[in-house]
Amino acid sequence: MFFPISNTHINPIYLVVVGFVIGILGGFFGVGGSFIAGPALRLMGVDWNYAVGTDLAHIVGKSIVAARQHRTLGNVDLKLGLIMAFGTIGGAECGAQLIQALKRAGNVNAVVSYVAIIVYAGIAIFMLWESQKTLRTDKGRSASVKGVQSKKDHSAFGPVTRSIQRLKIAPMISLPTSGIRISLWTIVLVAFVGGLFSGFLGGGAGYIRMPSMVYVLGVPTHLAVGTDLFEIVISASYGTFTHAIKGNVDILIALVMHTGAVIGAQIGVVATQYFAGPKIRLAFVPLPLIGAAIVIYTLVTGHKL
Amino acid sequence: MKKEAAKNLRTFAIELAVYAVLVTGYFFLVLHLLGNWLYHLENQHRYTYAIVAILLIAGQAVALDALTTLLFRLLRRRWR
Repeated sequence: MFFPISNTHINPIYLVVVGFVIGILGGFFGVGGSFIAGPALRLMGVDWNYAVGTDLAHIVGKSIVAARQHRTLGNVDLKLGLIMAFGTIGGAECGAQLIQALKRAGNVNAVVSYVAIIVYAGIAIFMLWESQKTLRTDKGRSASVKGVQSKKDHSAFGPVTRSIQRLKIAPMISLPTSGIRISLWTIVLVAFVGGLFSGFLGGGAGYIRMPSMVYVLGVPTHLAVGTDLFEIVISASYGTFTHAIKGNVDILIALVMHTGAVIGAQIGVVATQYFAGPKIRLAFVPLPLIGAAIVIYTLVTGHKL
Repeated sequence: MKKEAAKNLRTFAIELAVYAVLVTGYFFLVLHLLGNWLYHLENQHRYTYAIVAILLIAGQAVALDALTTLLFRLLRRRWR
C-alpha cells in the first residue's frame, strides 16, 4: 500500500500487527509504545521525522481506546490526569529546548544516549527490586477475588511514598479516586519530569511517568496505568499537532496502525484485571530494558533503528 | 471458570474475524478516498491538516471502540 504523505510503500498487515502489539502493551502498562513503533516504522523505510510524528498520532488513538476501557473499570483519575497534562506539556517543551541547546553544543547524540541508558536501566533495576520485594512480603496475603485481582496496592517503597505525601506544600489536593491527598506541586513536578524526558528522549515517556505515579505519588498501579493513558491522550495530541504543522505526520499510516491497536488495547486492559499491582510492575521491567538495548545498538553500530 | 474463558475466547475469535473484514473494507474505501485529499492538505494547509489529523485519529478511536464493544456484546448475547 502506498502512503503518499511520507512517500513510502508499506504492507498494511505489517502496520496492523505492529499496532496490535503496541496496543496490548499500552492497555496493560499504560505506555505509548514509541520504543517499538519508531523502530518498526524505520524498518519499513519511513523517515525518522515521520516515524516520530506518526507514532504520536497513533498513540493518541490507541490511548483514547485504552483510557475509555480503563475508565469503565474505574481505573482513571480524571482530576490527576488533567493536572499532570499541564506539567507534562511544560516539561516536554523544556526537554525540546534542552535538545536544541545540546544540538548547538554539538554533542546531542552522545548526551541523550548516555542519559537514556542510565535512566532506562535505573528504572528497570529499581522496579525489579521493588516488585520482587513486595511480592515476597505479600506472599500468603491473598488479594484475589474469583480470579480478578484487587486494586489495593502494596509497595516495598511505601514508606518513602508516604513521607512524600506528608509534605505540606500548599495547595494540597485531594484525589478521592486514587485515595490520596498530596501537594499540587508534587504532582506538577512528577508530570514535568515525565514531560522533560518525553521531550528529551522522545516518545510519551510512559515508562517514567507510570512508575513515578506509583512510587512518588502513591497512586495504585491499576489507576496509574489508566490515568497515564488519559494523560497521554492530552499530551500526545499536543505533540501530534506540533509535529503535524512541521510536516512530520503521515496520518494515513497512523490510521492503519490504529485499527490493530484498538483490539490490542482492549486485550491489554482486560488483562490488567487478572494481575495484582506488583505483578504488573514486575512485568513492566523488560520495557525500559528494550529501550536501553535500542539506544546501545544505535551507539555501537551508528545506525538509528 | 474454564467454560466462561472458552466462551470468551470463541466470542473474541469471531469478533476478530468480523472486525478484520470490516477493517479491510475500510482500508480500501475510506483511506483510498481520503489519501489524495490529505496529501494535498498536508502540502498546502499545514494547520488545517494538523487539526484534521487529530480529529481523524480521535474519531476513528471512538468509532472503532464503539464497533468492537457492540460486536462483543452482540456475539456474547448470541452465544449465551
